[in-house]
Amino acid sequence: MDPLTLSRWQFGLTTVYHFLFVPLTLGLGWFVAYMQTRYYQTKDETFHKMAKFWGKLFLINFAIGVVTGIVQEFQFGMNWSEYSRFVGDIFGAPLAIEALLAFFLESTFLGIWIFGEGKVPEKVHLASIWLAAIGSNLSALWILLANGWMQHPVGYVIDPVTGRPMLNDFYALVTNPKGWLFFFHTIASGLATASFLILGVSAYHIVRQNSVTLFKRSFQMAAIVGLVAAALVILDGHTQGQYIYQTQPMKMASIEALWNTEQPASFSILTIGDLSGKKEVWSLRLPAVTSFLACNNFNCAVRGVYDIQAQYQQQYGPGDYIPLMVVTYWAFRFMFLIGFLMALLAILFLFALRKDIEKAKWMKWVPWVIVLPYIANISGWLLTEMGRQPWIVQGLLKVQDAVSPNLTTVDLLISLIGYVVVYGSLAAADFYLMRKYAIAGADVPMQESVDVASPLVGAQD
Amino acid sequence: MSYQFLQTLWFVLIAILWIGFYFLEGFDFGVGMLLPFVGKKDVERRAIINTIGSVWDGNEVWLLTAGGATFAAFPQWYATMFSGFYLALFLLLVGLIIRGVAFEYRSKDPNPKWRSTFDWMIAVGSFLPALLLGTAFANLARGVPIDAKMMYTGNLFTLLNPYGLIGGLATVSVFLLHGANFLGLKLDGELRERVHALSTKLYIAAAVITTLLLIGTYIFTDITSKLGINPGITPIAAYLALLLTIFFINRRMEGWAFIMTALHIVLTQVTFFLLMFPRVMISSTNPDFSLTIYNASSSQYTLSVMSIIALIFVPIVLAYQGWTYYMFRKRITTKKESLVY
Repeated sequence: MDPLTLSRWQFGLTTVYHFLFVPLTLGLGWFVAYMQTRYYQTKDETFHKMAKFWGKLFLINFAIGVVTGIVQEFQFGMNWSEYSRFVGDIFGAPLAIEALLAFFLESTFLGIWIFGEGKVPEKVHLASIWLAAIGSNLSALWILLANGWMQHPVGYVIDPVTGRPMLNDFYALVTNPKGWLFFFHTIASGLATASFLILGVSAYHIVRQNSVTLFKRSFQMAAIVGLVAAALVILDGHTQGQYIYQTQPMKMASIEALWNTEQPASFSILTIGDLSGKKEVWSLRLPAVTSFLACNNFNCAVRGVYDIQAQYQQQYGPGDYIPLMVVTYWAFRFMFLIGFLMALLAILFLFALRKDIEKAKWMKWVPWVIVLPYIANISGWLLTEMGRQPWIVQGLLKVQDAVSPNLTTVDLLISLIGYVVVYGSLAAADFYLMRKYAIAGADVPMQESVDVASPLVGAQD
Repeated sequence: MSYQFLQTLWFVLIAILWIGFYFLEGFDFGVGMLLPFVGKKDVERRAIINTIGSVWDGNEVWLLTAGGATFAAFPQWYATMFSGFYLALFLLLVGLIIRGVAFEYRSKDPNPKWRSTFDWMIAVGSFLPALLLGTAFANLARGVPIDAKMMYTGNLFTLLNPYGLIGGLATVSVFLLHGANFLGLKLDGELRERVHALSTKLYIAAAVITTLLLIGTYIFTDITSKLGINPGITPIAAYLALLLTIFFINRRMEGWAFIMTALHIVLTQVTFFLLMFPRVMISSTNPDFSLTIYNASSSQYTLSVMSIIALIFVPIVLAYQGWTYYMFRKRITTKKESLVY
């Protein structure tokens, strides 16, 4: 395999892996901060225990999200040096701002929160979890503004000498609607992810009659937030559809497996393509629904893959401008269906709470809902990023021209295998701890101390 | 503000970020490397980790900010260095990853094997970045093969030359000493004694290797033409500060010993940036191919925007980070009530 293919796999895998942990960090931080605030206000011990219990899971998950985030910042230069040279005048700014505004805030105050209970004033301890949650979510804003620029470049002129985009309007960069839509979509799905984790884990304990007051309260809170968050995700997603239609028509067409321009455009319920993925064999379609997704009315024209391909060849030269449709098509459907399913489930849970949910037979299946947002989150990113192919910056630079030219296949194999081994082991440790502490319930202290006298393996006592 | 002024300003700002990172994470890495050797029982290891528990993550952000700032202000430098030092940076990342997770995970299971494994991950994850950063910085001062298109033409083994390796070892040994001095300040009782006994040995190692680095710098870099045979007050003070450390260690003046290693680290980094300026990567292929603050920087507009943001937020960050150290200024003992897990 060539370095370009390996670099793409590496970036894809490390990014997807990173984003397995990020949404929960984004959402659960708010929950813990709210629970601790309620404890601060009411001095109700249940809220205290709630904050502690969900805080444990928050920290176990946080650790991996933060360390795999470092890789993300370095990889642009390491694997994509030509990209970094090309966009450096613009793309580096939000990254640097992210570190300065968000990473410092998040890491410093989380440190105070972990180590400060009983050592710093209670108010300071409470403020620190809020600041840490704000820091995480601010970091999402800046990295999504950076990503938004790759999807929809704004605020630049092309330097006539180097041919590279130069920033000329910072305000346009930070108000890029694409970035903000990503941001709301992401923090809402973070809240939804956290809600469904809380729903699942709480259901597990409610069924077993462990700390029922605490877990019922958590369950109720998560059902409400989960419903609101899922609704916001769907609304934001619908708005994004119209932006994709305007700014990335090829992505739109590939999501819908829309081969030729249609007015009004139909929505594919099921399309079977041939092995090349660029031709339809059979499909079942709903009339006019794609027009609604793209323009919020049932009658607009949506351009098809073949038309756009022909236009791009004329505009940018020969080449294949069609994304891997089997991925964009199915990723969209997974994301979309799970989004609605989550909203529906949240409504059902809210209704069920009016009766005695401890006795409901279906409660024992509820822990499985935890996986839903994970599938939706990853599908969403696959769709966004793979739908932009072959571009790394829409319309300006292709992925194949962005890779570091000095890297060899051996370099890439070493790093790719290394990441797989390290990330795999850490995922196992994370899963083990999350499961252990989730199942242990709210009465187990944060950590167990080994007997003071026991010597450690590896220490010469 | 003129373009040239902005380019210089960003060179200085990035230098400050690296210096801050070396000073802060220097003792974090030192403490991490010392962990399995100084802490023999579980509570002792917990106490040692707690000396940096609340701050190490914030300290590491200095590195991330240095990386981000380099990308924003000098994208050509970022692109050449990060792709050029690919495998070295990969190993550095592995170190930072296993170390960061280990801090959080090591106490979450009572199995002694589990804990010991993560403790060694902390030690290795602190050693690797120290060694690799030292090697990378020495190579930057020495010059690395870069062609006319700003492309690095060497590989990992290009970096493993004698001067690079001395730079790596010097960084490891100085961080160990700096970490020991920090532990002397933060621990109490038997642990404090143990660290004290160790710091004399660590001093000897650091002094010898740093002396080699000093000699090597005259041989392998252009310090004589750049700074002169008498290189000026900064490097001399850096070296003297290190030598003075033993005086304070022997008199058990832990605060001063820590200040001396801190001074040594800060002034050594200042010397490095004085030696480099206005270059950011020296080409050993042809001096004309070197990357400088002038040919590697972003546009004047980007630098202006970033300057405004930095001037507003850097003081705020410094204030709350400094305040954290103040909040957690007490010594840490192995008593149960003193430990946070």
